Amino acid sequence: MQTSGIDPERSIGPVTRKGKPGERVIEFTLLLAALSSIGITLGIVGVLLYESTVFFQKVSILDFLTDTQWTPLFSNAHYGILPLLAGTLTTTAVALVLALPLGTITALYLSEYASATVRESVKPFLELLTSVPTVIFGYFALLVVTPLLQLLWPNLPGFNMLAGLVIGVMIIPYISSVSEDAMHAVPVHIREGSFAMGATRMQTAIRVVLPSAVSGIAAAYVLGISRAIGETMVVAIAAGMQPTLTWNPMEPAATVTAYIVQVSLGDLPHGSVGYQTIFAAGLTLFVITFLFNVAGYVLRTRYHRKY
Amino acid sequence: MTVMSPSLKAEIRDLSFSFGQVQVLKSVTLPISERRVTALIGPSGCGKTTFLRCLNRMHDLHPDARYKGEIILHPDKINILDPAVDPIEVRMRIGMVFQKPNPFPKSIFANVVYGLQIRGIRDRATLDERAVQALQDAALWDEVKDRLHGPATALSGGQQQRLCIARALATNPEMILFDEPTSALDPVATSKIEELMTDLKQKVTIVIVTHNMQQAARVSDFTAFMFLGKLIEFDRTDTIFTNPSSKLTEEYVTGRFG
Amino acid sequence: MSHDVHRVIAGNRRLDRLFRWAGLGGMAFAVLILLLLLITLGVEGSQRLTWQFLTSYPSRVPSRAGILPACVGTVLVMLVTALTSIPLGVAAAIYLEEYAPKNRLTAMIEINIANLAGVPSIVYGLMALGLFVYQLHLGHSILTAGLTLALLCLPVVIITTREAIRAVPVAIREAAYALGATKWQMIRDHVMPYSTAGTLTGVIIALSRAIGETAPLITIGALSFIAFLPSPPVTAGPPFLSVRWLFDPFTVLPMQMFNWVSRPQEAFHLNAAGAGLVLMMVTLAMNGLAYYVRYRSRRRIQW
Repeated sequence: MQTSGIDPERSIGPVTRKGKPGERVIEFTLLLAALSSIGITLGIVGVLLYESTVFFQKVSILDFLTDTQWTPLFSNAHYGILPLLAGTLTTTAVALVLALPLGTITALYLSEYASATVRESVKPFLELLTSVPTVIFGYFALLVVTPLLQLLWPNLPGFNMLAGLVIGVMIIPYISSVSEDAMHAVPVHIREGSFAMGATRMQTAIRVVLPSAVSGIAAAYVLGISRAIGETMVVAIAAGMQPTLTWNPMEPAATVTAYIVQVSLGDLPHGSVGYQTIFAAGLTLFVITFLFNVAGYVLRTRYHRKY
Repeated sequence: MTVMSPSLKAEIRDLSFSFGQVQVLKSVTLPISERRVTALIGPSGCGKTTFLRCLNRMHDLHPDARYKGEIILHPDKINILDPAVDPIEVRMRIGMVFQKPNPFPKSIFANVVYGLQIRGIRDRATLDERAVQALQDAALWDEVKDRLHGPATALSGGQQQRLCIARALATNPEMILFDEPTSALDPVATSKIEELMTDLKQKVTIVIVTHNMQQAARVSDFTAFMFLGKLIEFDRTDTIFTNPSSKLTEEYVTGRFG
Repeated sequence: MSHDVHRVIAGNRRLDRLFRWAGLGGMAFAVLILLLLLITLGVEGSQRLTWQFLTSYPSRVPSRAGILPACVGTVLVMLVTALTSIPLGVAAAIYLEEYAPKNRLTAMIEINIANLAGVPSIVYGLMALGLFVYQLHLGHSILTAGLTLALLCLPVVIITTREAIRAVPVAIREAAYALGATKWQMIRDHVMPYSTAGTLTGVIIALSRAIGETAPLITIGALSFIAFLPSPPVTAGPPFLSVRWLFDPFTVLPMQMFNWVSRPQEAFHLNAAGAGLVLMMVTLAMNGLAYYVRYRSRRRIQW
């Protein structure tokens, strides 16, 4: 039976094919669109590997991972990624010191204490935080936060890794929204069992809800970490671009991401070892965030399946 | 079984059905009489809804569905369950009304004519005419004639269900399947729909699944009693309820279990 | 009740109150910081919100500099981004929700999308640099920038569209099938129209994030001192429509802001605030639009 304005009364006899051919074409086109996502990942990995080969021909992987200096432009060049990693890890740690407790507590409050009106008015604010362009956060870190911190520590240099605090504020909504989802998913009857025994909200939250929501909260933490590691503009603007191996947050340092920005803004020609360093750095970044992202996905599907 | 019906609309022969490894229907054989109401009763889990959904190949939407046996549709004697038969074809000849009213979130008019539009009818005059007819047949016309283009979701539960019936009727199906159509409705809406069915059967063959025995007794001409996937007894409705052959049937209709 | 039990209860209550204040405090802190940021930006930036600022080119003299090419560049790049990511993302989402069987390939696609959603934006820039600029020779152009940001938006568009599709109840789909609709008819006539609002909300939010992206564009070579506008899309003579602008160099608002904030002179910092304020207002407007769409759709369709 074709759709060509025919008699809608009784059809005559069976049709011996299933599904019109047009439907197959549509399904195939949609499949191609879905496969494009795999294409993107292959593209990323492909480009990073391909462009890094020039670099890894000159520098061994062992040197890359263990050398403690990153000085590609010196005549005696060193290509150790540790200083950049130290910068990334320190800023991330500073960010987490702020974001993990605040994010979790905000999630707990919204999930267990807040009335619906409070929740409905605060959540849009937090969502807004995730929409603010990171370059604006960078501006904020350099021109507002650092001067404020210099009131406390007058010797604080203008560029420092306490910019991580701003990254922390940036990722609070990531942590709080995923955690809150996980806590909210804990069924009411489990909470009621606790209340019926005379527990306060806090006791129920900490002893009953938190343990049940643990994999969701872990997913939130992991995703927040991944976001902080990949952050570029805040550190490029406010943390400095000097790759030095230091774990002191009050000093300036370059992260992996800021380094890539610095070289992109510079004049090195494509194909030179100095330029190709950005691909090696990007590869490292991709591998690290990949591990965190997959871990976050696994944890999140686990808590979805629980209920 | 020696049931003589005026004429046969469909014959179900040895129908078995399973979802993967779980067998839900075991060798069911029964006739559906044309322009009569055939009811399926039985306790929860007996397979009556599963049986109903075989008649319009709804189970095709699940990858693990396995049909066995035949459902022969008269007068052209095609087997609905034959894999070569397009389920879309089947659904264009056999309509369905569901337990919970499910009108589309569109206007009342758009709901009624959707079935016609996917059959390729675009002429506005035809659509209007068929819509009015269908709404009248579903006893809903008077209540909606002034708001045909208003939202279907603004109707009450009973009205929505009658809209779903109108939607199914608009395409002139040969048979309509009702899956517990009034279980979500209040008694007033329920009786309106039962009245409607008594009128409708003059035009169209009806098969209804119901967990409400009294409803089966009220509206149907023939009743099939099912239990644990098997057909226990099939007969004229008054016989089933006053003088059933099987002890199990007697215990169910007298309320001793269920 | 014994005295001890009373003491325990009182102690528990005290902790509870403390906890409640801590939670409130935590939340308030985040909100206050956001407000502080917006206020600072507003106060500093509004000083530069003049017509001259909006219509000038960058200049070595801070007071004469403006954001015209940045604004135009942002609009054009976003156009390419939207036109690429929306069809691709919606199509992929429809496949994954309606057609994809539950097998290893589908699971791989899903994990992959989850990963892509968390890949740092600068890595997308590197990929675009290697692929679009050096392999496909598309240049440091608006086209490259638009495609890069489209890749960035794609996972978010797919994820939010899938959620919107999932919200359409099974009962509606069954009703359509029972009337004899084919799978595509069901999707085209019911699933897509009813999920449009949710999809639109997700798309607007994804684009509002893309507008503020700087890192990937720096990597693909967006310039920050541009003293000209891209070629116009309409030409005086035939063929009247030109796509040369796709291959022109460009700058965008966040890049301009980054460039100005990186300079030591305070006057440029003021310009940066101005650019940032414009950017923020656009972002807020887009978010507001998304909320409005969501609000309107909730009123129309209630499952």
